[in-house]
Amino acid sequence: MSENTITPLTMPKWGLSMKEGKLINWLVEEGSQFSRGDELAEVETEKIASAVEASMAGTLRKIVAENDTVYPVGALLAVVADESVSDDEVNAYIEKFQSEFVPEESGDEDEGIQAQTIEVNSLNIRYLSKGDGDRVLLLVHGYGGDLDNWLFNHDELVEKTGMRVIALDLPGHGQSSKVVGDANLEFFADTIHAFLQALDIEKAYLVGHSMGGAISLCFASKYPDNVLGLGLIASAGLGDEINNEYIQGFMESTSRKQIKPWLELLFADKSLVNRQLINNMLQYKRLDGVSDALNAVSRQLLDDSGKQGRQFLDSLDTLACRICVVWGMDDHIIPASHTERLPDSVSKLVIESSGHMVQMEAANKVNQFLIDNLLTR
Amino acid sequence: MARKITYQQAINEALDQEMTRDESVIVMGEDVVGGSGGHGEMDAWGGVLGLTKGLYAKHGNRIMDTPITESGYIGAAVGAATCGMRPVAELMFIDFMGVCLDQIYNQAAKFRYMFGGKAKTPVVIRAMYGAGFSAAAQHSQALYSIFTHIPGLKVVLPSSPYDAKGLLIQAIRDDDPVIFLEHKVLYTLEGEVPEEPYTVPFGEANVVREGDDVTIVAFGRMVLHATGVADKLAKEGIKCEVIDPRTTSPLDDESILESIENTGRLVVVDESNPRCSMASDIAELAVTRAFEHLKAPVKTVTAPHTPVPFAKSLEDAYIPSPEKIEAAIRSIA
Repeated sequence: MSENTITPLTMPKWGLSMKEGKLINWLVEEGSQFSRGDELAEVETEKIASAVEASMAGTLRKIVAENDTVYPVGALLAVVADESVSDDEVNAYIEKFQSEFVPEESGDEDEGIQAQTIEVNSLNIRYLSKGDGDRVLLLVHGYGGDLDNWLFNHDELVEKTGMRVIALDLPGHGQSSKVVGDANLEFFADTIHAFLQALDIEKAYLVGHSMGGAISLCFASKYPDNVLGLGLIASAGLGDEINNEYIQGFMESTSRKQIKPWLELLFADKSLVNRQLINNMLQYKRLDGVSDALNAVSRQLLDDSGKQGRQFLDSLDTLACRICVVWGMDDHIIPASHTERLPDSVSKLVIESSGHMVQMEAANKVNQFLIDNLLTR
Repeated sequence: MARKITYQQAINEALDQEMTRDESVIVMGEDVVGGSGGHGEMDAWGGVLGLTKGLYAKHGNRIMDTPITESGYIGAAVGAATCGMRPVAELMFIDFMGVCLDQIYNQAAKFRYMFGGKAKTPVVIRAMYGAGFSAAAQHSQALYSIFTHIPGLKVVLPSSPYDAKGLLIQAIRDDDPVIFLEHKVLYTLEGEVPEEPYTVPFGEANVVREGDDVTIVAFGRMVLHATGVADKLAKEGIKCEVIDPRTTSPLDDESILESIENTGRLVVVDESNPRCSMASDIAELAVTRAFEHLKAPVKTVTAPHTPVPFAKSLEDAYIPSPEKIEAAIRSIA
């Protein structure tokens, strides 16, 4: 940080619908120094609880926001400035910020970027496109997920790469059609291929999480001319182990009580599974067609012994594009040990204290790794 | 896509989607046709408040007006259900149940049991309930506890547009007779509702707010009052857990007991008269199955043991208010 600069730490905006967040508590004390990536405060939204991570190193000079209090997106939470800045300057900064701050008005949802729906192979596919760069990055969620799984990645990847970043709901998932064809990886890869064609996109980077990783690998094998590179997050298809109990448990759960322990398996920090996250998942699972779709997909993903049915490990070298792999150390769904047999040509990162949803739990680290190893090289 | 629609539109959409999905779903009741965009009689209301408006244009004779004879058409709906149809009969006001109660409690509710499990009666009886419109004593009652008392009936009290749609679709697909009760004050309530069909399971309470200090069990419209009070008290550090059972039969007693075990304090909010009510039922649940966890007396907030008054000022005093709920919580928190 250069001298005499004051940086505001504000309530982040995680996802389109977020208007306000509740500051649960501060994780660093006033006056203490922190490094980039450190967790500064816990914030809870309607959708999820997460930590505000430092995007740079600095000193937390003055805490403005109080614990257990709701603040609008963009509100001043604290002021970051080094020792050379006087208290008066800090206080003047806060006064100025507060006098000029206007919270985003509720009911202005139309002004934000909205998810859209496009018909592809007779399926309605919902997607969210941000940024207008020539280069395109497609985010592919995993089994039972949706485009909100990229809540903490989408905006930052657009900002830091200048690319056009698109997240979609796969068929059978989120708000896309609940029809899954043969329900195998080829079906999803073909749908993505047709989806990109419908959007007039010839080539794209694919970043896939879990089953979305295996789908991305399948896509790269089948359509090598259309892929610029692969980012694989806690990916399926790189080994045969998978937590079959999780798949079955998640699939069969119909109530809050049943599904909670399974959702907690997705995170290293179980407290991230709050009421809203559970409700959102149940609301998805109650939609007509979801249960059949999830069943069909799981039968294709797993073989009779409950192991992963499809492997791409031995064919990674034949894929001409750049590949990077990131995993959470505490992944209880697909073990991080699947990074051990990767060829040397693949850059990899295993992140401590993170579970299967590593792109949510350690968003900054995952984003930076993707930028450094896939998107800006 | 989820978008905001009203409680009333959510109910209309559930009927429309189920009639489209399954030809055996029929709708019958007094003045339920209407609203098809035609002239004269064809352009009537679509139900007394327009709930079924537009369905006739799409589904034709599968939506039918009946004579003003509840005993006749409720009986016909129950009979049609035993013969393979899935009728949704609209009783208009729940207060009219007296005319057709035998068809409900002595016939529909008993068939599965008396025919050794071989008969099913997939009938839904929709009706509006509740005070707040100065509709006087014969059009304002909250009579759900009477149906809850009868084994063989399922009783549903949606408190939001999301629940209204999902619970009604579940009710139509359910093979047992379901009493589906809509609070008339909630019809204009807006909320996010997915466009696609979905079901909300019976017997699964919705934990509307989480908290460790006091458990509030509330029904129907009272869920909104309870949630408002819980949000207010949360700012003072009193954390209430608000539980909306969604169905009184089957009842998710486990979720209620679990919460009481955690908080040790219970307030039940019930718009109906207090004797033999859901309020007394939930209080009984707490004292017989969670007594050792209780740190304070159980409190109930209900209407008084009187008919619903017509005068606006008296009706306001009759309905459990947020102020009364707050006072009950403060008396034990």
